[in-house]
Amino acid sequence: MIRVVLPSHLRNHANINGEILVAVDGEATQRSLLDALEESYPVLRGTIRDHDTKKRRPFLRFFACQRDLSHEPPDAPLPDDVKRGSQPFLIVGAIAGG
Amino acid sequence: MTGVRVLVGTRKGAFILTSDGKRKTWDVNGPHFAGWEIYHLKGSPADPDRIYASQSSGWFGQQIQRSNDGGKTWEPVDNKFTYDGVPGTHQWHDGTPHPWEFKRVWHIEPALSDPDTVYAGVEDAALFRSTDGGKSWAELSGLRGHGSGPRWQPGAGGMCLHTIVLDPVDPKRMFIAISAAGAFRTDDGGETWRPINQGLRSEFMPDPTAEVGHCVHRLAMHGARPDVLYMQKHWDVMRSNDAGNSWHEVSGNLPTDFGFVIDVHAHEPETIYVVPIKSDAEHFPLEGQLRVWRSRTGGNEWEPLTNGLPQSNCYVNVLRDAMAVDKLDECGVYFGTTGGQVYASADAGDTWDAIVRDLPAVLSVEVQTLS
Repeated sequence: MIRVVLPSHLRNHANINGEILVAVDGEATQRSLLDALEESYPVLRGTIRDHDTKKRRPFLRFFACQRDLSHEPPDAPLPDDVKRGSQPFLIVGAIAGG
Repeated sequence: MTGVRVLVGTRKGAFILTSDGKRKTWDVNGPHFAGWEIYHLKGSPADPDRIYASQSSGWFGQQIQRSNDGGKTWEPVDNKFTYDGVPGTHQWHDGTPHPWEFKRVWHIEPALSDPDTVYAGVEDAALFRSTDGGKSWAELSGLRGHGSGPRWQPGAGGMCLHTIVLDPVDPKRMFIAISAAGAFRTDDGGETWRPINQGLRSEFMPDPTAEVGHCVHRLAMHGARPDVLYMQKHWDVMRSNDAGNSWHEVSGNLPTDFGFVIDVHAHEPETIYVVPIKSDAEHFPLEGQLRVWRSRTGGNEWEPLTNGLPQSNCYVNVLRDAMAVDKLDECGVYFGTTGGQVYASADAGDTWDAIVRDLPAVLSVEVQTLS
């Protein structure tokens, strides 16, 4: 199971409290993780990735293991510590004022 | 019990204000969807407990929320707005072709007789319809396919379809307005459209009387006379007596004819309201005096309404979707400001009071008259 932390607006939107655990079939990548997350929480579709292109929304970032994974290819394997559940996959709203 | 429910969309959430028929004391409920931009929310005329809300965020995109209990609880419905076919291009600010890209829903218009049918006006400009209560959306692509679409260009606020007016007599007829393309009408339920901008004059355009390109800010209609339309354009207050086939200016003695809102008294089709704004460069009232101007003659002759409104040091704006009227015997008029005030008049504009004063910037105001 992969630990995922969402920004507060999306936790409220999906009625999620705190960190969630997401089961991923096969190789754990950004794409497979987000596919599984959206399958479990359909209201998150379109909020993290574009509905059609599946590209990350511009003002969101993906962090894990003190690294910025936002620009990693979507099919690159996630870090081993994320796969093992010892580190969470963080979905973070970029600082943008307002 | 007779009462009113005022639905307020703001930069940081939605608020629901309720009162009895006297409209003297108010209950303020909210924020709903705290932290999100609520461009618009509106109730179904066929079922007042059914309310739709457009919820958006620069971070997380577009959501549509639906309530079946008058705004007490909400559920997200479909948020996927996909343009029909190959989206094509419109003009960008520099005149180059720019691909159509969905950004947000500006305006939601529930159908007059079916709570599950609802229209959405979006940026980049297009019209969508749901017939299943918001669970799925399909574009009425005849509008963008009209042929002038590649010549549409965004205004400063974006290329938004911000106004949808449904004809209560002819269910096949509706009117929409786009900044900065102009006004359009369909007579066949949205299959085909025609621009209705004859008589408009916009000096910022190379051809000031072109078929499209006008920055229409808002349209209004009285249901008893659906052929009479009123328009607040970027500059100029306009009137049509023939369902938009032609327009003539009715700015008359207004101190400035720039503004965003326009609305019609619920029981007097010739009584209309605007809030003049100084200019396109200075989006606030003249001389710091917030004044609604009322015409009882369908335009041209206007009177300022000031009783209860700030008459010094007021530099707020009133955005295009932020005025509404109720249907009680003595018509109530409501508007919201970018300073977070929502003003109400229970006597058709003669006197005003602030329902609330310190909300986030108000984007939209709608009123439901409850029986």
